[in-house]
Amino acid sequence: MSQAVLEPDAAAARGMDLLRFATAGSVDDGKSTLIGRLLYDTKTIFADQLEAVEAASASRGDEYTNLALLTDGLRAEREQGITIDVAYRYFATPRRKFIIADTPGHIQYTRNMVTGASTADLALILVDARKGLVEQSRRHAFLTSLLRVPHLVLCINKMDLVDWDKAVYDRIADEFTSFAAKLEITDLTIIPVSALNGDNIASRSENSPWYDGPSLLHHLEHVHIASDRNLVDVRFPVQYVIRPQSTTVTDYRGYAGQVASGVLKPGDDVMVLPSGLTSKIAAIDTADGPVDEAFPPMSVTVRLADEIDISRGDMICRPHNAPAVAQDIEAMVCWMDESAPLRVGGKYAIKHTTRSARTVVRGLQYRLDVNTLHRDESAGELKLNEIGRVRLRTTVPLLADEYRRNRTTGGFILIDESTNRTVGAGMIIEAQ
Amino acid sequence: MSQTKPYRVSHLDALEAESIFVMREVMAEFERPVLLFSGGKDSIVMLRLAEKAFAPARIPFPVMHVDTGHNFPEVLDYRDTRVATLGLNLVVASVQEAIDTGLVRELPDGTRNRIQTPVLLAAVEKYRFDALFGGARRDEEKARAKERMFSFRDEFGQWDPKNQRPELWALYNGRHHPGESIRVFPLSNWTELDVWHYIAKEQIPLPSIYYAHDREVVERGGMFYAVNEFIRLKDGETSEVRRVRYRTVGDASQTAAVLSEADTVDKVIDEVAATRITERGATRGDDKVSEAAMEDRKREGYF
Repeated sequence: MSQAVLEPDAAAARGMDLLRFATAGSVDDGKSTLIGRLLYDTKTIFADQLEAVEAASASRGDEYTNLALLTDGLRAEREQGITIDVAYRYFATPRRKFIIADTPGHIQYTRNMVTGASTADLALILVDARKGLVEQSRRHAFLTSLLRVPHLVLCINKMDLVDWDKAVYDRIADEFTSFAAKLEITDLTIIPVSALNGDNIASRSENSPWYDGPSLLHHLEHVHIASDRNLVDVRFPVQYVIRPQSTTVTDYRGYAGQVASGVLKPGDDVMVLPSGLTSKIAAIDTADGPVDEAFPPMSVTVRLADEIDISRGDMICRPHNAPAVAQDIEAMVCWMDESAPLRVGGKYAIKHTTRSARTVVRGLQYRLDVNTLHRDESAGELKLNEIGRVRLRTTVPLLADEYRRNRTTGGFILIDESTNRTVGAGMIIEAQ
Repeated sequence: MSQTKPYRVSHLDALEAESIFVMREVMAEFERPVLLFSGGKDSIVMLRLAEKAFAPARIPFPVMHVDTGHNFPEVLDYRDTRVATLGLNLVVASVQEAIDTGLVRELPDGTRNRIQTPVLLAAVEKYRFDALFGGARRDEEKARAKERMFSFRDEFGQWDPKNQRPELWALYNGRHHPGESIRVFPLSNWTELDVWHYIAKEQIPLPSIYYAHDREVVERGGMFYAVNEFIRLKDGETSEVRRVRYRTVGDASQTAAVLSEADTVDKVIDEVAATRITERGATRGDDKVSEAAMEDRKREGYF
């Protein structure tokens, strides 16, 4: 692939689609270098940024331009040589625009990885070819599966340091594949790379004649994501009711929201939850005029044929395909608060789609060891970065699906009502 | 929305849908939102998104201009026309007024970027705004890359990068105590090129200074500053007329122009796609102060 092909061509750019991916890895396995390399090879790095990085590399005594420095954001991070938080980065090729959620690999790891993975179409995990799989690689894979990230890429990095030995690649690939088989990972691609030298990043490397798969960038550009959306179950969480107070527009009542799943069309029979009342879609409006259909992730305004009482937090669905209307929720919860653990009996605010309620923790069935997948049923609490299966009771019904079926109507956050901090992320297993 | 094959969504449509979702979320959950409007291209795009989010109703919140007093006249004209066309309520937080009343003191070098912050915070307090839409993008600057879509600010308007709320799925936590507020950045995931593609797609008019024009400029440290009432020639400097355009519009005393022949939106897109310098690096004197200049200003309560 020539460099010219990689230029984000101005005319083509308007027709690109969007891929969000999360990267995970520790400081040593070359994640920052890999991201720096992707940005560099797609000409996303600007001359003034590169100059700054070259100057910083020189002052550190690095032998090469340290592309890892491109992704160090805050002063505290540079001082401590760590990454504090999820950072978002952007690059584009003529085919796609990419959003990278770059998650750091140290102590806050689980919280950050869960955050980054929650919106990702693809997760990219790095391992060092010399070290093979480490505890963290398995944890990354597990969280990818827990968050239902549809595509997983394992980059076996630093292949130059093992002389591009196919046997090393095979051994790590086999080990990872058999571990992944125990998880719910539907699409796995394994690529041997050298992020430092750019091998198999933007183009296939001559150093790995035995590897017949795609380069990383080629894979990112071509991986099929359109089918990842749920286009079957109509779920339209009502976000905001538009009622113009105007003399020119009268009697307008539209339900604004973003389609969570399914395809809505004018004339469709719909049911509104939690009331259970039914109607037909009269029109689907956008500021650019009415549309014939709406599907994820479109933000539209739906009008119904009948006047029924609908407000924020309600859900428009189909009469024979509806989410559960449930106050008892079983979910995997990842705890994100350092100040206090999740305990049975704890009360929190809960936000699920556009609906807010209060909830009490009725039970903690087990805490999951994310390294061994062992279930500890004697656990009494979930501390920061711990994950467990939790039973919740909510003050009002949630309109919920299983997370495995629907990432939008199956996910929720817990909020501490005194500090207002987001303290937990939940993925619904069962709602009734 | 354009559609070339079934259920296809272009990246611009996806970004627009996300921004509209964020704006509606704020309107539903906050009492007194306001949109920060500088007359720059990002705030202009944000205003278009607000129009689209609430159509056919009017934009249901006021816009606020933090006015440093160092303005490009083209931008002020644009602001007033836009506000009148959309029937918006405009709040002007004036830095000059704040200097006159003693709230802030003019800096020795006469620049006003940094002293905007107390003026902004005073206006937030006065009008009790609880959500402030800003046009910042994560691709602009590395401190911004770590900013949330909903960015919590304490009662002093300060940002604490180590203490940010995790942001999962599209579940934004806007809860806050009285006196605290949330800065909301609907364009977080847009790049400079996305903004320009959107301006082209939506045919959004911009202040004329965004397109190439002849202007009397002085070169300082590789940047081209317009010679006007805010920037006067120093001893030994000479001005020249060059063909330039502005890539960003900020305080007129600190924003530089770039040499350009791009006098249409399509030419600007080609130029931006080919450029090798970041927009802030090319045009903002204030970001050159130190590597962490933006981070420091944000901690103090800057946009």
